[in-house]
Amino acid sequence: MEHYLSLFIRSIFIENLALAFFLGMCTFLAVSKKVNAAFGLGVAVIVVQAITVPVNNFLYTYVLADGALAWAGLPDVNLSFLGLLTYIGVIAAMVQILEMVLDKYIPVLYNALGVFLPLITVNCAILGGSLFMVERHYNFAESVVFGAGSGVGWALAITALAGIREKLKYSDVPEGLQGLGITFIIVGLMSLGFMSFGGIDL
Amino acid sequence: MQPLRKALDDIAPHFHKGGRFQRLYPLYEAMDTFLYRPNSVTKSTAHVRDGIDLKRIMITVWLCTFPAMFYGMYNVGFQANLIMADMGITAVQGWRGEFIELFAGYNPNSVWDSFWHGAAYFLPIYAVTFIVGGLWEVWFAIRRGHEVNEGFFVTSVLFALICPPDVPLWQVALGISFGIVIGKEVFGGTGKNFLNPALTGRAFLFFAYPADWSGDAAWTAVDGYSAATALGVASQEGMVALQNQLTWFDAFFGNMHGSIGEVSTFAIFIGGAVLLATGIAAWRIVAGVMIGMVVTSLLFNLIGSDTNPMFAMPWYWHMVVGGFAFGMIFMATDPVSAAMTNVGKLWFGALIGFMVVLIRVVNPAFPEGMMLAILFANLFAPLIDHFVVQANIKRRLARV
Repeated sequence: MEHYLSLFIRSIFIENLALAFFLGMCTFLAVSKKVNAAFGLGVAVIVVQAITVPVNNFLYTYVLADGALAWAGLPDVNLSFLGLLTYIGVIAAMVQILEMVLDKYIPVLYNALGVFLPLITVNCAILGGSLFMVERHYNFAESVVFGAGSGVGWALAITALAGIREKLKYSDVPEGLQGLGITFIIVGLMSLGFMSFGGIDL
Repeated sequence: MQPLRKALDDIAPHFHKGGRFQRLYPLYEAMDTFLYRPNSVTKSTAHVRDGIDLKRIMITVWLCTFPAMFYGMYNVGFQANLIMADMGITAVQGWRGEFIELFAGYNPNSVWDSFWHGAAYFLPIYAVTFIVGGLWEVWFAIRRGHEVNEGFFVTSVLFALICPPDVPLWQVALGISFGIVIGKEVFGGTGKNFLNPALTGRAFLFFAYPADWSGDAAWTAVDGYSAATALGVASQEGMVALQNQLTWFDAFFGNMHGSIGEVSTFAIFIGGAVLLATGIAAWRIVAGVMIGMVVTSLLFNLIGSDTNPMFAMPWYWHMVVGGFAFGMIFMATDPVSAAMTNVGKLWFGALIGFMVVLIRVVNPAFPEGMMLAILFANLFAPLIDHFVVQANIKRRLARV
């Protein structure tokens, strides 16, 4: 239990996908103007991440990995070269399903997220989560925890960024830096603040 | 005083629109309002009448750092003189030595000798901070057409006070440049930033030059001598070792190694009492930090640990060692980067208190956590405010 708890904490704070690895920057910068939209996107990322990482883990363990097809009588087959393709496919399918569910049951959030929900498909944080899972040899339970934790970490980061950007509506940024320029600086300063967790070894 | 006023008035036209030096107007304005009360008055109907303005707030904060500053200077010199006597060194080499010998000797029992010795370390740091930071401030003011205001007094003195005594001056210049430009001016100046500028600069240096800013050699103003800070001792050797070296009252009054201004909790609380009494520092933030720190450290005491001695550190020790007191009084209460709503201030403070103990206890990489805890809470201050406001709206809607 303690192992999973520390993995969860680590994936939220210490190895924050957005602020420690700078993954998923395109949506991170684009949808962080309003706290409500950012929060909604964050929730969507948590859901997608918590589903896709375990599903990809399942596929990797039983289909793709070297010798994974032993249960089907093919112990010499190694399909891991299909990894990227499969993960992206799974992510795209999951996002499509999520989109239809949101459209049907939470139209407010669906409208707020707009074009950015389909964009989660190509969000590098999501694919990054699956690739980290493979690289670090997580088992199924670990990948559930890691998926949820990394999603929560990303959601936390984007919501905080949106809060800061809402506050900075009243700032007076030099012309050349307005918009994305200042947002990059903010993200840099945020990851400086998240450095407080750097070095914690759980 | 009349001739001075007249002189200022005489040169005023040159700085107004159409004058020869109109680009330098912010410089003139800064000088004028520094020396005299600003003569601008509210032209439309005023909603609030109050004798306090930005200038008065900032100057008060600046004055409130003086007890910590003077004690800090004395302590730097006192510790250095003690160690020099121990090691048998009779004089400081270089320009600092010449400066000290101008007016004082190296006797650790003489208050003046120690004070002057400390001044030889603090004053250059403060001067570099003030000049370099001031140049950036004025340059931005001139280029962007906003005022140079007294907020810079506060940022510069706070930055100088959280430097270890024995740091290279070029790093001080680099740090204050980062703090002022990236931490504040790119957002448009005073009141528009979201991180505390002094802490931003310090954090930048902390990560860029860790050996000079957190190594054991940094805390004493004697070359080639290294001593760990109280927190360093506690995290390496445990509470018993710390209490053998240092009594609680030593730590409270500041007889120990550390950054210049942070050592004496007592001196900081003198300034803090004034700030709290005048309402310039929000008592809710200070209370939140205290409560968060006490609860978290009690929790860690309760959990306990066989391998990590920091778990056993009681809250009254957390309060007097490291930068806790200084950060709580002067940094966390920065009205710009803290939470704005009343309820939010409590949560904001509690987050700092929680984070500082967490970093000190759990994170082996950093023995001290006040700086990072405040920066971390700064990131979440707007979000805390957002949720407080939303809750407020919800509650009031339900009443309609």
